[in-house]
Amino acid sequence: MTDKQTDNAVQTTGHAWDGDLQEFNNPLPRWWIWAFYASVAFALIYWILYPVWPVGHDYTKGVLTVSYESNGKTVTQHWNTRAKYIEDMQTGEESLKQKAYLDKVVNASYAAILSDPDMMAFTRSIGKGLFGDNCAACHGSGGNGVIGKFPNLVDDSWLWGGTVEDIHATISDGHRGFMPAFRETLNDEELEQVANYVLSLSGQAVDKEQVAAGDKIFNGQKGGCHYCHTHQAKGMKSVGSANLTDAIWSIADVPDASDPKGKLEAVEQVIRNGVQRRMPAWRDRLTPEQIKLLAVYVHELGGGK
Amino acid sequence: MKFSHESIEINAGLLIVLTLVAISIGGLVEIVPLFYIPGTIEKVDGVRPYTPLEQAGRDIYTREGCYLCHSQMIRPFRDEKLRFGHYSLAAESQYDHPFQWGSKRTGPDLARVGKKYSNAWHVQHLKAPRSVVPESIMPNYPWLLENTLNYSDMADRMRALKKVGVPYSETSAEYQANVEKFGKAKADLFNINLADENLLAQARAENFDGDRSRLTEMDALVAYLQVLGTMVDFSQYDEGYFAEFR
Ligand code: HEC
Ligand code: HEC
Ligand code: HEC
Repeated sequence: MTDKQTDNAVQTTGHAWDGDLQEFNNPLPRWWIWAFYASVAFALIYWILYPVWPVGHDYTKGVLTVSYESNGKTVTQHWNTRAKYIEDMQTGEESLKQKAYLDKVVNASYAAILSDPDMMAFTRSIGKGLFGDNCAACHGSGGNGVIGKFPNLVDDSWLWGGTVEDIHATISDGHRGFMPAFRETLNDEELEQVANYVLSLSGQAVDKEQVAAGDKIFNGQKGGCHYCHTHQAKGMKSVGSANLTDAIWSIADVPDASDPKGKLEAVEQVIRNGVQRRMPAWRDRLTPEQIKLLAVYVHELGGGK
Repeated sequence: MKFSHESIEINAGLLIVLTLVAISIGGLVEIVPLFYIPGTIEKVDGVRPYTPLEQAGRDIYTREGCYLCHSQMIRPFRDEKLRFGHYSLAAESQYDHPFQWGSKRTGPDLARVGKKYSNAWHVQHLKAPRSVVPESIMPNYPWLLENTLNYSDMADRMRALKKVGVPYSETSAEYQANVEKFGKAKADLFNINLADENLLAQARAENFDGDRSRLTEMDALVAYLQVLGTMVDFSQYDEGYFAEFR
């Protein structure tokens, strides 16, 4: 064994450990050597093209440049990922593909967008992404919301109005939904009466006497509900008060209640505790184009009224 | 014995030391210049240290390991801009110790989550993420609402941060420097001697957790989340201004 090894040995390093343990000194494989030289050459070229070496309080900028528009002027500067990103946002392949549609949508009226299948297809696909990134956390990815917390946007019942313009204003400026708590103003009996009245408005079976008493509270000074909900109880979009005559509930969890008592309790709870909710304003976070696309998208979610 | 390849190879201690020297050269050449090239931290208005309440929230963020699933570093790519907003600046994490850039995104990046959602949403989402986002795999953090915020050592925590370069003030000279740099209203917030009062005042004024009767860990964490990425007003700067710093 030992003999054979020494016979075939090309070269050894000359070190000997524990008496006879030796180390071969074969040349590196050819491909490896060339890969090494190639990477050295790559580094040299890289140093010339890109920002690399610190020099004093500055650094070599490299010879590659990137051009983009800034403030109406064309700026040409040395290559870096930030400049590259601006270029990509302005003239990248994907950006240009979208820009053609974006320009069309931005300059079109809502009526024109809604009646043009091509623009609508674009709006739906961009809108879905925007909605998922910004709105779904509250309103749900399909727009169904969470009863009591975040309104359903697909039911075509609106607190703040359902025209595209209304929805645009809602998204851009946000809203504070506010109804005072009545736990101090109304006692338990009165709460039950007015809750009966509210349920009667959407045709639920309720106690007639209670309803009559509730009517007085709702439409009189005691409750003053009509100031915000109107005498017809259809709600006012200027204060975002709910329409109480449809069977659609945004806050009171009536649909989930199994018996009449549960329904009453759900409505009473809202009246007792009041409502305080906030829809954030998006005008500083999203561009005007994005808000316009979202307004059309959300309008469509609600069936488009 | 003359100093040779062999003398290094047969001396384990020396081998380790020289190996460390060899590999640290690579790191040092890359990192050290960043400390003296002035453009490393972009010149930008608005970035400030955290208020005591926000800082307490930040400590809870690190304690709970939120960084294991959330990065705070938006990279300069189109898809990131469209989803999260403007790319992160070095300047924006200059007062972060330790920084929370992260490298793992099980959940979304949080660098610009501030003001995106309402306080009520954050409270609900942290308590029970699936009650608002049914698809979520984020854990529940119900104890944040139950635990009273412990801020007894807030001043000490600010002192520790001051040691690593955050400009909280303790002497009147330091305070004056802050007045010049951040304006009086802000400088008052960074005064270590007023840490407790400032913390309580902010919690009272903004009532982040929606419960006025108590000061909870939720108050602090939501205060922190709501300030993330909101300090710089990007509309003030030309496209390309920040690209000059790289
Ligand atoms: C932090 C949670 C939250 C987020 C995020 C959010 N919303 Fe809302 N939104 C609400 C709340 C709460 C209301 C109800 C306000 C009220 O009570 O009047 C609301 C109301 C609305 C309304 C009015 C509904 C009506 O019936 O009139 C529209 C439209 C709407 N949101 C669209 C959006 C869009 C589009 C986005 C994404 C850009 C979005 N929301 C993001 C919480 C949110
Ligand atoms: C200051 C205005 C105001 C007054 C007064 C007021 N409401 Fe409201 N109410 C609202 C608003 C606004 C909403 C919707 C809240 C939201 O969406 O955030 C609402 C919602 C409701 C709802 C929930 C509807 C749903 O879809 O779930 C009920 C029920 C209701 N109000 C009943 C009453 C009754 C009964 C009274 C009188 C005792 C009353 N409100 C007084 C503004 C008011
Ligand atoms: C196991 C991984 C995980 C951990 C740990 C975790 N999260 Fe999350 N987080 C997620 C996922 C996934 C989402 C996206 C789904 C959702 O909104 O719940 C998310 C979403 C969020 C969002 C909403 C972001 C947006 O823009 O919609 C916030 C804010 C957030 N997390 C904060 C926190 C905080 C604060 C902690 C620590 C207390 C934390 N997360 C811990 C996984 C995690």
